[in-house]
Amino acid sequence: MIPAEFDYELAESGEHALQLLEQHGDEAKLLAGGHSLLPLMKLRLATPSMLIDIGRLDDMSYISDDGDAIAIGALTRHEVVEGSDVLKEHCAIVAHTAGEIGDRQVRHFGTIGGSLAHGDPASDLPTVMLALDAQVVVRSSSGERTVAANEFFTGLFETALGPTDLLTEIRVPKLTGGWSYQKFHHRAQDWAIVGVAAVQRNGGASVALTNMGEVPLRASGVEQALASGNDAAAAAEEAAENTSPPSDPFGSADYRRALAKVLTRRALQEAMGR
Amino acid sequence: MAQVAEQAQKYVGGGILRKEDPELLNGAARFIDDMSIPGMLWVSFVRSPFAHATINSVDTSRAASMPGVKGVYSGTDLADEWADGLPCAWPVTEDIKAPKHWPIAKDKARFAGDAVAVVVAETRAQAVDAAETVDVDYEPLDVVVDMEAALQDGATKVHDEFENNSSYVWNLDVGEVDQVFNDAAVVVKERYYHPRLIPNAIEPRGVICQPNPAQGEYTLYSATQIPHILKVTLALTLGLPEQKLRVVAPEVGGGFGSKLNVYAEEATCLALGRKLGVPLKWIETRSEGYLATTHGRDVIQDMEVAADENGKIVGFRANLLADMGAYLQLVTPGIPILGAFLYHGVYDCQAYSFTCTGVFTNKTPTDAYRGAGRPEATYAVERIMDALARRVRKDPVELRRLNFLEPFDEAREVITGLSFDSGNYGAALDKALDMFGYDELRAEQQRRRDAGDDKLLGIGVSTYIEMCGLAPSQVLASLRYVAGGWEAATIRCHPTGKVTVITGTSPHGQGHVTAWSQIVADELGVDFEDIEVLHGDTAISPLGMDSYGSRSLSVGGVALHYAAEKVITKARTIAAHELEVSEEDLEYSSGTFSVKGAPDKSKTIPEVAFSAWTAHNLPEGTEPGLEETHVFDPPNFTFPSGTHLCAIEVDTETGMTNILKYVAVDDCGTAINPIIIEGQVHGGIAQGIAEAMYEEAVYDENGVLMTSSMSNYRVPSAAELPTFETDRVETPSTTNPLGVKGIGEAGTIASPPAVVNATIDALLPLGIDHIDMPVSPERVWAAIRNASGSSVDARGTDATAAGSGVGSADTPGGEA
Ligand SMILES: Cc1cc2nc3c(=O)[nH]c(=O)nc-3n(C[C@H](O)[C@H](O)[C@H](O)COP(=O)(O)OP(=O)(O)OC[C@H]3O[C@@H](n4cnc5c(N)ncnc54)[C@H](O)[C@@H]3O)c2cc1C
Repeated sequence: MIPAEFDYELAESGEHALQLLEQHGDEAKLLAGGHSLLPLMKLRLATPSMLIDIGRLDDMSYISDDGDAIAIGALTRHEVVEGSDVLKEHCAIVAHTAGEIGDRQVRHFGTIGGSLAHGDPASDLPTVMLALDAQVVVRSSSGERTVAANEFFTGLFETALGPTDLLTEIRVPKLTGGWSYQKFHHRAQDWAIVGVAAVQRNGGASVALTNMGEVPLRASGVEQALASGNDAAAAAEEAAENTSPPSDPFGSADYRRALAKVLTRRALQEAMGR
Repeated sequence: MAQVAEQAQKYVGGGILRKEDPELLNGAARFIDDMSIPGMLWVSFVRSPFAHATINSVDTSRAASMPGVKGVYSGTDLADEWADGLPCAWPVTEDIKAPKHWPIAKDKARFAGDAVAVVVAETRAQAVDAAETVDVDYEPLDVVVDMEAALQDGATKVHDEFENNSSYVWNLDVGEVDQVFNDAAVVVKERYYHPRLIPNAIEPRGVICQPNPAQGEYTLYSATQIPHILKVTLALTLGLPEQKLRVVAPEVGGGFGSKLNVYAEEATCLALGRKLGVPLKWIETRSEGYLATTHGRDVIQDMEVAADENGKIVGFRANLLADMGAYLQLVTPGIPILGAFLYHGVYDCQAYSFTCTGVFTNKTPTDAYRGAGRPEATYAVERIMDALARRVRKDPVELRRLNFLEPFDEAREVITGLSFDSGNYGAALDKALDMFGYDELRAEQQRRRDAGDDKLLGIGVSTYIEMCGLAPSQVLASLRYVAGGWEAATIRCHPTGKVTVITGTSPHGQGHVTAWSQIVADELGVDFEDIEVLHGDTAISPLGMDSYGSRSLSVGGVALHYAAEKVITKARTIAAHELEVSEEDLEYSSGTFSVKGAPDKSKTIPEVAFSAWTAHNLPEGTEPGLEETHVFDPPNFTFPSGTHLCAIEVDTETGMTNILKYVAVDDCGTAINPIIIEGQVHGGIAQGIAEAMYEEAVYDENGVLMTSSMSNYRVPSAAELPTFETDRVETPSTTNPLGVKGIGEAGTIASPPAVVNATIDALLPLGIDHIDMPVSPERVWAAIRNASGSSVDARGTDATAAGSGVGSADTPGGEA
């Protein structure tokens, strides 16, 4: 509960953060809301020797209407995402899901960028980003690039971000169809034992799963079953295909597979009814 | 809420807000971690990551050279500090196997978290950093985590000096048990498991040791429930003259039994203070607490009831395995015995049998946890009552009524030889059923069943009893507990009219300051605000037995009542002398003595206190001052009881459960403060629901605690809990003149069977009649899945959770 020794720098701008990253390389970690990183440091599971605090870069906290998409600054806190009228109007699943994260204190600290960058398959927003085919904007000293959500999450706690990259923005498409995020947890403040995001887009449905493998997963079997005319209940039976859910004190892999099916059916039914 | 107060009872019975709360809420109160002493060093413990390992060597050299480090000590280095091992004060049988328990392990680590070395440094961070560099050469040994495996021939032994892992077998048989069970028309047998629980007081433990080398004295500040017991036992463990030791419990943020102990960290900080002559501080981290603070429960019960074909009970038989963990802490072996007499609940019977085997395993030691022994008893009795109701096809409420002990307001002997103080079990049940809307909910349940609803409804009943007011000292002697059960109180009436109360109880959240002020304010006619209650410091309150077992009011509060009577007796002598009448001519009411027939001639207690102080005109033989102490040894226990009812909705697709309604009607005897009672009941029910539905300490097969933090040890929050509807019935206790029984543990004792019975009741149509605690969504789902014929092991993750219940021998379903 006492972290190992580390140095600390307060980044004054995104540019400054990138410089500091270049300077300290692998030894450094960005600190955003700290609600994933600090618990790991307190348990000494993470021992960065330098923390670069980007938590006060207010100009990286925004939600703006950008034509076909909504742009969300990486430092936007869950609580701001949850309350955003722009999102509620154009991509309500994101606002809704942010409101399902942890408890109030967590939502006031945690950021959307941190949530994606951390690469935890139990997190809620990555699943929603995957279902939405969101775009992740990344900067490094060598320039800016955009990574599609389905290429962003590469492994357990691993993403397309390199050690000197800064995630700056997330771009989510405007939604016109129905949506649902089914989060199954035992206590209100818990991570999802299983979560299912379903959205109606481009004349079909996309479905993605939380905590059913090392990364958030698209339930492509379900999507195909729907595309070939199956109803929600029948399609949902495919939800556990090609998944590799963990077994832990919150639930066995078998239980998670069973939940995935029930929750997928419920998510599809809710999305179609919305 | 508003109680009609008699004229003489201005405060007692009133829902008065707690005096002690403002400073607790605004942050002014001082807990251990708020305190520091100039020159103070920090202590950090090195703990074994292995559940069982030989300690070949401990290399402290690297740690000793770390910045700020003042000393690094292994168990061997400190071996000469101890006059004796850490105490076990309750060797329940003559032949109990009680191992030596050194504060820092010397030769072997016996659970993951066992302290093997200790570091002293200038700052806390330096101490923690250095502790990481202590190089311990461990040789891992085979591990026993499961009680039944531990008892098998040839099992790895936790303690080599004993022939096996059985610490003791304790037994109580009354009546012709075998014959009654053989002859009975109906016998129901079930197996229950009580999960291992982590107490999780909001404030972790902490210790400051302040030596005073000039006087050879030591002050030990500890976040403890038991400063007085600590003083005696630590003096013995360290071979320290007891008069040189002062123990202070400052504000303490909850305990639930986990601070009712004499811990390695307390003994070690005191020993290091003696060795180094400087003040030292240790604060437990939450993760450390999960390993090193005692756990609760972890009991397997084989429970049987025998009855006639109508369900009239003739006998109860219980056989327990209780997990001691790796060592016997202060009262570890006695915890199941606190429930040993209650495995017949509030029901009559002719034969009774209770046997408990204490088992050593390579896990954190268990000890008292809110309810201690009585939740176990209540759970077994109330679960088996439901099973019997199913067997004889009776409504569970009717079955209970059929077997209740008749109402009584004089103490009555029961099968075990105990004497219940007073009780009216039907009255609480009637009130609860009414508040609950029992018949409507049964109708709704049937409607859902008929409609094939995938959200089923279940109703759970728990008509519990507990045994509080620990305890008559002679009874404790017969149970082989090494201390007494009395409590002390002093009332000091100052010449200015103010009053100081000194109590031997040691509140850590319960509100004694308020309740004690209410009692004294009424008895002495002084203002509630003019009373100061002091506690938790052996220099201020030298006599005390501290707080646990719902004893504080029914023993300590009663001691206070008797002390007030002594004050009044002395004051009467002085008042009569001053008013120049005989004592018999004085009437006493609400703090005023007045002359019979001449009410304007009077003296108040504060006036007498002033006279007693000036001592200008005292009667012959009366000592100056108005201060009295009483030490009360209760003649009997008290037996709070009541009815809790729970309605639960089960999502049969996911296994998720949701409490729709919870009603509690408790009988804690006379109410001193209904708001405090309500607070205790709410917290208690929450903790009981936590046990029933959420919490379980899970170990893997290597003895590693998998639920090692609050993120996966599921303490529920307000968000998971329903609104509790509470009320009371009052049958005054016959054990004490206040008529009080105790309420600190009732909620925790009553609620688990109400919740589990409700869950099972919901699932009866699916052929399910057993689920172990905690009834997590996965367990419910797995039960449904297994019941529908599929055979997948859904318990894969909790490999060591024992007692995957044998279930009842009868077929479920069919109650009216
Ligand atoms: C009690 C509790 C409950 C929680 N419950 C949930 C839950 O139910 N659902 C859920 O989804 N999450 C939950 N969380 C996690 C929470 O949402 C975190 O805040 C979030 O995952 C990480 O965001 P952060 O801003 O705190 O990141 P930090 O902890 O500051 O950082 C996390 C990681 O991301 C990196 N990082 C952060 N920002 C950037 C950036 N802009 N560019 C590149 N790298 C970056 C950091 O270097 C670090 O490696 C919970 C957390 C807690 C403590």
